[in-house]
Amino acid sequence: MTDPPPEKTTPVGDAAEERAMLLAAATPAASTDSVDEVKYLTQRQLWWRRLRRSKLGMAGGTIVVLLYLSAIFAGFLSPYSPNEQFISHIHAPPQLPKLLHDGGLQRPFVYPTAAQLTEDGLERVYSMDTDAPRPIRFFVRGEESYKFIGLVPTTLRLFGTGEADAPWFPLGTDRMGRCQLSRILHGGRISLTIGLIGVAITTILGTVIGVASGYFGGLTDTVVQRLIELLMSFPAIPLWMALAAALPPDWSSLKVYFGIVTILSVVGWGGLARQVRGLVLATREADYIKAAKSAGATHRHVIFKHLVPSTYGYLIVIATLAIPATILGETALSFLGLGIRPPMTSWGVLLEEAQHVRVIVQFPWLLLPALPVLLTVVAFNFLGDALRDAINQER
Amino acid sequence: MGSYILRRLMIFVPMLFAVSLVSFVIIQLPPGSYLDQKIVELQAQGGDASSLGQIEALKRRYGLDAPIWKQYLMWIGGILTEGDFGESFAYDKPVNQLVWSFLGFTLLVSGTSFVLVYLLAIPLGCIAAVKKGKPTDHVISGVSFIGMSVPEFMLALLLLVLGLFALDYLFVGLFSPEFYFQPWSWAKVVDLLKHLPVPAAVVAVNGTAGLMRIMRGSMLDVLAEPYILTARAKGLSRRQVFGKHALRMAINPIISIMGMSLPGLLSGSAIIAIVLNLPTAGYLLFESLKTQDMYLAGTLMLMLAALLLVGNLISDIALAIVDPRIRYD
Repeated sequence: MTDPPPEKTTPVGDAAEERAMLLAAATPAASTDSVDEVKYLTQRQLWWRRLRRSKLGMAGGTIVVLLYLSAIFAGFLSPYSPNEQFISHIHAPPQLPKLLHDGGLQRPFVYPTAAQLTEDGLERVYSMDTDAPRPIRFFVRGEESYKFIGLVPTTLRLFGTGEADAPWFPLGTDRMGRCQLSRILHGGRISLTIGLIGVAITTILGTVIGVASGYFGGLTDTVVQRLIELLMSFPAIPLWMALAAALPPDWSSLKVYFGIVTILSVVGWGGLARQVRGLVLATREADYIKAAKSAGATHRHVIFKHLVPSTYGYLIVIATLAIPATILGETALSFLGLGIRPPMTSWGVLLEEAQHVRVIVQFPWLLLPALPVLLTVVAFNFLGDALRDAINQER
Repeated sequence: MGSYILRRLMIFVPMLFAVSLVSFVIIQLPPGSYLDQKIVELQAQGGDASSLGQIEALKRRYGLDAPIWKQYLMWIGGILTEGDFGESFAYDKPVNQLVWSFLGFTLLVSGTSFVLVYLLAIPLGCIAAVKKGKPTDHVISGVSFIGMSVPEFMLALLLLVLGLFALDYLFVGLFSPEFYFQPWSWAKVVDLLKHLPVPAAVVAVNGTAGLMRIMRGSMLDVLAEPYILTARAKGLSRRQVFGKHALRMAINPIISIMGMSLPGLLSGSAIIAIVLNLPTAGYLLFESLKTQDMYLAGTLMLMLAALLLVGNLISDIALAIVDPRIRYD
C-alpha cells in the first residue's frame, strides 16, 4: 500500500551532474548492461544480474537465508529443548562466554551460576562460582532428545557445557527457567513460516481474484472491487484482533496456528488483488493477447499462459515485501495474547512475557526476542527494495 | 466535480451498512458471549432469581436467542431509530454512554499524529530528493528505513523502558493519575496536552517513514520532467523551481494517499494504546474482545471503520480539488 512509485534515476541538481547526463545521452550504449551480453540472457538471469549489484539487497537476502536455515536446524543449534525447564535457574540472566580465568587465557568457558532468594524472599540473586570454569564444548549430548530437521531423533547439540549441573544460558531464562536462546530459535520456526505460508495464500488469493476481476471486467469486477473496498474499510490490527478473538479457546495450538495464518491472509489479499488487476487491465489490450484470442485461445489459456506470467515480476516484489508485514502481524497478535498459543512458541509469544514494564525492568533480557523480529523485517525490506529496482528497470 | 462528490457520497452510505454487517458478524463469531458466561456464573452461585430475570429481559430485548440476521436487524434498527448501540454487559452501561470519549481520544491521538506525519514527511522527502545521493539523502533515507521496519508496539515498549531508565518517568496514559476521574477543567486540558505528544509521535513514526519515501520518489519523478529543466534554463532561482514548480506537482500523490495513511494510523494507534494504556477505541476494543462484550466490540469496529470511510471520503474530495487534471466521469 505504501509502495513508493518507481524512482527515476535521472539526476537533476548540480551542473556537474547535468553535464554527466548530457554525456550519457550522447553515448548510445550508456546502459550498464552491455548490449551484446544482455541479448542472450533470459529475463530471470537479467533480474539476478541486477539484484547482485545491490549490496544492501544481497545482504538482506543472505540474512533471510541464514534465518530460515537457523529455523530448519533450530533443534541442533539450540543448547536445550524449548520447553525444558530448569527449576533452579528461573529468570537467570544471560552469560557471555569468558576467556580469562585466574589471569590466564583459556578456551571459552562459563561459570556455573546458582540462585539465592533475597531475605524478603521476593527476588532471586544469581551468583557465579568463579572457582570452577566449565568449558564450552561443541557437539555435546543433551538431556532431552529432539528430531534433527524433524526426522532423525537425536540428543546431539551444537554447543553447551555438556554438564547437567552447570547449564549455560547464553540469553538467560524466562519465568519457568527455560533457555531463551533455544526458545528464540524454535520461535523462529513459527514466526518465519507464518510469513511464508501466509504470503503464499495471500498471493494465490490476490492473483486469482485480481486476474479474474481485471480480465472479465463487468459485474465480476464491480463485485470484487466493492468487496476489497469493504475489507479495506477496517483498520488492520483491530480487524485481526476481532477475528483472532473469534478462534475457539479449545482449539489445539496447531489449529490456532493455521487459524492465524488464515486471518492474516484473508485480511491481506485486497491490496495485492488491486495491483494485479491494474496490471491485467494494462496488458489485456496488448497485441499478443489479442493475437492469442483471435487464434482461438480459451480464457484459461490466455489467463494462465499469458496474463499470470506477465505479473510474476510484480508478484515477487509484492510478496517479498508482504512477508515482513505478515510476520509483524503474527508478532503483534501473539504479543497481545490473541495469537499463537503455548506450548507452541513464536517471537510474539516470547515477547508477551515482556508486556509489563515491571518485568522488563527486572529482567531486561526478556526483550531480546525483539531483535530477530527487527532483523527479519529489515532484511526482507532490503531484499524487497532491491528486487523492485532489479525488476522495475525494464519497465 | 459536483456530481463526482455526490456519487462518492452515494457509495458511502451502503458502504457504512456493509461495514456494520461485517462488524456484527465478526463479533458474533466466537461461541458464547458475555451473557452466557454470566448466566453460568449465576447458576453456579445458586441462581439469584432477580438477576437471572434481568438477563432474560436483556435476552428478549436484543433477541439473543433469535437467528443472527434478526439480531443484526434489531441492532441496526436500534441505532437508526434511537441511536441505541446496545448494552455493554461488562461495564453495565449503554454502549452509547461509553464509546464517545474513547472515540474522541482516538481522533485526538490519530489526528495529532496525522498532522505530525505530514509536517515531517513532506519537507524531509523533498530534501532527500533534492540532495539525492548525498549524505543528507542517505541519512534521511536510512532513518526512514528503520522507522518503517520497527513495529509500533516495539517502539512503544522501547519508549516505556527508555523513559523508565533514563528519565525515571512512565509514559503511560493521557492524563496524570490525579486527573483520571475529574471533570474537564483548564488544568486537565493542559495535562492532556502535556501527555499527548509522546504517544502521537510514536504512532506517527511508521507513517512518516513511508510517506517520506513516497514524497521523495514523487519529487524525483517531477524533477526529471522537461518543464523543470525549462524553468531552470530561463534562470529561475532554485527556490522557485523546487518550491513552486516541482512541489506543486510532486505533492499530488501525497494527497491522493492521504486516505490510505489513515488505516495505518488508526491501526497503529490501536496497538500503541494497548501498550501505553491510552483511553482510545483500540484499547477499549481489545478489552471488550477479551470479555466478549459483543455490542461494545461491534460498535467500536463499526466506528473505527466509519472513521476510515470518512477519512477516505475527505481525501478523495481533497484530491479532486487539488488536482484539476483528474477528470471524473
